Amino acid sequence: MADRFIEPDSPELRARWGAFAWTAENAEQAKVIVGRYPAGRQRSAVMPLLDLAQRQVGAELNTQGWLPIPVMEYVAKYLDMPVIRVVEVATFYTMYNIAPIGRFHVQVCGTTPCMLRGSDDIMAACKGKGLKKGHTTADGMFTLTEVECMGNCASAPMVQINDDNYEDLTAADMERILDELAAGKQPKTGTQLPGRHTVEPAGALSNLTAMVDANHDYRGEW
Amino acid sequence: MPKVKVDGVELEVPAGATVLQACELAGKEIPRFCYHERLSIAGNCRMCLVEVKPGPPKPQASCALPATEGQEIRTDSEMVKKAREGVMEFLLINHPLDCPICDQGGECDLQDQSVAYGRGASRYHENKRAVTEKYMGPLIKTTMTRCIHCTRCVRFSEEVAGVDEIGALYRGETMQISTYLEKAAAHELSANVIDLCPVGALTSRPYAFEARPWELKKTLSIDVSDALGSNIRLDSRGREVLRILPRVNDDVNEEWLSDRGRYMVDGLTRRRLDKPWLRRDGKLVAATWAEAFEAVAKINPGSSVAVIAGDLVDCETMFAAKKLGGALGSTLLEGRQTGLAYDTSNLAAVNFNSTLAGIEDADAVLIVGSMIRDEAPLLNTRLRKAVKKGAKVFVVGPQWDPTYPATFLGDDLAVLGNLPAEVSDAFGAAQKPAIILGGAALGKGALGAGLAFAEQFNLVREGWNGFNVIHMASSRMGGLMLGYAQKGGIGDLVAAKPKMVISLGADEVDFTKFADSMIVHIGHHGDKAAHAADVILPAAAFSEKDGTYVNTEGRVQYAEKAVFAPGDAREDWTILRAMADALGVSVGFDSFEQLRAAMVAEVPALGVEGLADYGALPAAPSGAKAEGVIAGYPIKDRYLTNAIARSSPTLQRCSAELLHGESFAEAAE
Amino acid sequence: MALQDKDRIFTNVYGFQPWNLAAARTRGDWDNTKALMERGQDAIIEEIKASGLRGRGGAGFPTGMKWSFMPKESKDGRPSFLVINADESEPGSCKDREIIRHDPHKLIEGALIAGYAMRARAAYIYIRGEYIREAETLFAAVQEAYDAGLIGKNASGSGYDFDVFVHRGAGAYICGEETAMIESLEGKKGQPRLKPPFPAGAGLYGCPTTVNNVESIAVAPTILRRGASWFSSFGRENNKGTKLFQISGHVNRPCVVEEEMSIPFSELIEKHCGGIRGGKDNLLAVIPGGSSVPLVPAAEIWDAPMDFDGLRALGSGLGTAAVIVMDKSTDIVRAISRLSYFYKHESCGQCTPCREGTGWMWRVMERLRTGDADVEEIDMLFNVTKQVEGHTICALGDAAAWPIQGLIKHFRPEIERRIAENARPALSEAAE
Repeated sequence: MADRFIEPDSPELRARWGAFAWTAENAEQAKVIVGRYPAGRQRSAVMPLLDLAQRQVGAELNTQGWLPIPVMEYVAKYLDMPVIRVVEVATFYTMYNIAPIGRFHVQVCGTTPCMLRGSDDIMAACKGKGLKKGHTTADGMFTLTEVECMGNCASAPMVQINDDNYEDLTAADMERILDELAAGKQPKTGTQLPGRHTVEPAGALSNLTAMVDANHDYRGEW
Repeated sequence: MPKVKVDGVELEVPAGATVLQACELAGKEIPRFCYHERLSIAGNCRMCLVEVKPGPPKPQASCALPATEGQEIRTDSEMVKKAREGVMEFLLINHPLDCPICDQGGECDLQDQSVAYGRGASRYHENKRAVTEKYMGPLIKTTMTRCIHCTRCVRFSEEVAGVDEIGALYRGETMQISTYLEKAAAHELSANVIDLCPVGALTSRPYAFEARPWELKKTLSIDVSDALGSNIRLDSRGREVLRILPRVNDDVNEEWLSDRGRYMVDGLTRRRLDKPWLRRDGKLVAATWAEAFEAVAKINPGSSVAVIAGDLVDCETMFAAKKLGGALGSTLLEGRQTGLAYDTSNLAAVNFNSTLAGIEDADAVLIVGSMIRDEAPLLNTRLRKAVKKGAKVFVVGPQWDPTYPATFLGDDLAVLGNLPAEVSDAFGAAQKPAIILGGAALGKGALGAGLAFAEQFNLVREGWNGFNVIHMASSRMGGLMLGYAQKGGIGDLVAAKPKMVISLGADEVDFTKFADSMIVHIGHHGDKAAHAADVILPAAAFSEKDGTYVNTEGRVQYAEKAVFAPGDAREDWTILRAMADALGVSVGFDSFEQLRAAMVAEVPALGVEGLADYGALPAAPSGAKAEGVIAGYPIKDRYLTNAIARSSPTLQRCSAELLHGESFAEAAE
Repeated sequence: MALQDKDRIFTNVYGFQPWNLAAARTRGDWDNTKALMERGQDAIIEEIKASGLRGRGGAGFPTGMKWSFMPKESKDGRPSFLVINADESEPGSCKDREIIRHDPHKLIEGALIAGYAMRARAAYIYIRGEYIREAETLFAAVQEAYDAGLIGKNASGSGYDFDVFVHRGAGAYICGEETAMIESLEGKKGQPRLKPPFPAGAGLYGCPTTVNNVESIAVAPTILRRGASWFSSFGRENNKGTKLFQISGHVNRPCVVEEEMSIPFSELIEKHCGGIRGGKDNLLAVIPGGSSVPLVPAAEIWDAPMDFDGLRALGSGLGTAAVIVMDKSTDIVRAISRLSYFYKHESCGQCTPCREGTGWMWRVMERLRTGDADVEEIDMLFNVTKQVEGHTICALGDAAAWPIQGLIKHFRPEIERRIAENARPALSEAAE
């Protein structure tokens, strides 16, 4: 992750993205987003709007999306803020892709809780499938990144691929998920551990058993 | 007024002071990198840590901590010593320690403070970080590996200059300071970040590898690139001024300097007139001083003499020329080279009465006909501060980007007689309303209308004078005090058809109007006037003579001589004194001291450093009104406004690259 | 006595049932919220104070007291804001995620109650960017609450206008620091501010602001409904209430579970997690409160009460109650070194000791991991952590220092062994 650098400005980039503008749908969404913040504080919307822009670029390219310089300039202009401040934000937060990216952004968590549960194997499985950390596969399908703790520690190890999490992974799960994605299928999201629902003690529910089958109201027992 | 104890010594500090300021008041030096008096507090370098009780049992950043009653501050404890050593070590682990090849060497905060507060050895055995160079334009040389991320440059650009162009990209140890897309820093104050940079990350590109600070003689001087009279220091070695730096003067330039004033310096050694020249058969040929004075004597003008003062000359030169003209029987003196002819019968009406510092307190400002960023860059920073404090600014004239919110009222002066409600409401409600008339307004005869505006809104009131004229020539107010103004402006001189015109570096004059006159040019640069001259007498630039200057607010200031004029060039007053001999008249002084004494005897205000008193503002002429459209502002190229600047390769490049978009980036590598 | 299901606040923490408003109402959420509000703002704050609730985000500051710092009336027209910290990024922590995706209405109702009590005009829920689906749920739940009139104008029929907005982060641990979060909400880089001024005086947009963790806010309605004395009947003095524990690492069944504060470590692990992988004797060490707290060796943790004071007594802390369990198969130096990398990666870069120190510490840790170091460097590293700790603008510097200090304190022989076994004198000289 240390090697995140802005894709340099170039005439090609300008030619490709110079005319970037919200789609009709996103234009509406942008208004809704700006409306969440007090009048005159529209700058607060820079983060959600960069996300929106990245997604729009992604939709256009059929990738996770990224932020070319002209797109950042568009957002800066939209919010009437200096473009350097937009670039600061885009480079500070790791979820903004500041260089082109693949169809699926495979983000394997490598922080200690996942490491203890075998994230090395998950990484190795990715490598086995031809993915290389910090790189996009030649077919543009996968970009592999090792990310920091994703907050799925009780169902580690995990990977986030674009918008979905896959948890309780084994190397075999990882391989299968990559295969399914490459084949255009949507793998089951969430925990991959058979019989586990979310983050309960798997296989031996120690509490809240009444909730499993019914939306139990405990108030009667207060 | 809280009482605090610093290292056991009790003292009272002003309310609102920080712990750092309290320590300084107690005479304790507090090391710092990010803290700067004129920028917002960042608190990020952590060098100013001190021990404060009551408080958490860890050192506190003194720059950001308010001093409060009963605090016990220690700057000499073991905890503080260790904290400083630790921060120093962290700052140095990724700093290249390339001091021998760094231009900051000898005036580097990091170097100085590591000697004073560092541990003397590093325990860091990992690889050092390297950062790619960032292009920041023709003035700022970057070596970003040396950057310690104090963010002074970021804060200066955003807060003082108002041009958000420098940012800190990425994060953590990969954080990098950069301009947007590594474009050149392009505003008129950009080079101040060089002074602010506490290390050698941002240094002066034109000055690269020129000199070490300890080799330099430092001379106090006054900037002549505009009419603000910024206080500067000339750093010279041998016969050459190598750089110009701002000095602190809170009343004038605080501690900033315009790029133009700073980088004129390399114009001082180029295109110099270093020997006399005479026009023979239409061509200029080199001559000796004896031949030159002979030629002057031959003109034998009688009293048919006019003197035109250029924008850069000092009062002494103007006074000496005035005396010479007077001895010959002429009072045809003018300094407004481009033809302005506003009424100068009361200098209060052409002065910046609010003062530069005072305008910060204005709460409503009407700018008429001035592109302030070009004409007086450091006035614009003052206006910016006023706006930050809530001032409303209105502008009459073509659009420009003031860096702060301002309402443009169009470029037709008639608006002064028919103000929009927004303006009259703002001025009606203002406590300290002000008007600023620029050259473009004076040129359209708007002075009277300005005075009428002052009366209408009561701009002069108890403790406040809101009537201001902003000039562009450093010689202007001094010249006006010495009588360099004719009722009809330079037109009166043209009409008089003088036999001899003495040009005191008058490089902005249209000399074709003096086609029948013999033009004796006393100047230092082979610029416009030299081309029109019949006799060229090589003189001293501002850095080569002692001199008195009066800035646009009527502030009398003295500049000192840093180096000798090149070649055969002489200080202006000696030339004028010798001319008197050649023309057979007496000017009444034989030394610079006598000249100055005579000048002060005639205009006593010039003998007192500080603001001259021009008395009360005159009444507006009856029926004064302004008419006409301001088509443009006088300065077409902010880098090339005078003879020295036009001779400067650095400013020529700034003009070409920053104003005209020529690409130099690669050539610079 | 272990916590009974009827005393669990987050009854849908595992998401066996829908998160939506109808289901949440069946579970007791939004039940006459108006009546809770009618008790009055000061009474609500007093009740929270009396409950002994301490902030669930890691620092453990008493929640009621924090609320009471907010101005009772605006003297200059500035509104007040509640910012809810859902930027759950501390390695090991994964509880707020479960609240948000399975019980979001507890959070939204809590936002209204807390916001009302501190006289805020709106709440911003700052959810970490990586919680993409979770944020979708939260947006939808907020919309449900608006549609049902529970929040917005005349929220829940109380006559009080209160907005709840969701703001997504975009990948920066540091935004979990309250002032960095405020900066981020204002559209800037998440770089912590200097304190003072404190957020309660000048926070979001320069207005009085309180930043609270998701769990702290989400338990508030239940505390009000069941009373302060109910909540304070759990846990030891000064460590009251129930708490979501998150157990990860080398246990048989990692999970998130709501338990009584002060529950002994052994009971937590045996009862809910199926014990240590390979048995009790296979336990090496535990990081009991998320990556920022020092580890505790097996022998010391086993019977320790899992609460603020109990873990502090062991030189560690409860933090977010994210319990990272490590058995004897763990490369303990690597486990901590990986955390050092995390802090290096997440340092905002603003202040010197953290920007420069986190990278230095990680690099030395990596050499200690392989033994490519001198024994003296252990003390040197310890000294460097002390040079970072307490010298930074925010607590990230401390958080980066403590895990290493814990490692050196408890596992110095292991580090020394690696150095000794790494026969590299010749190599090291050649490398010079």
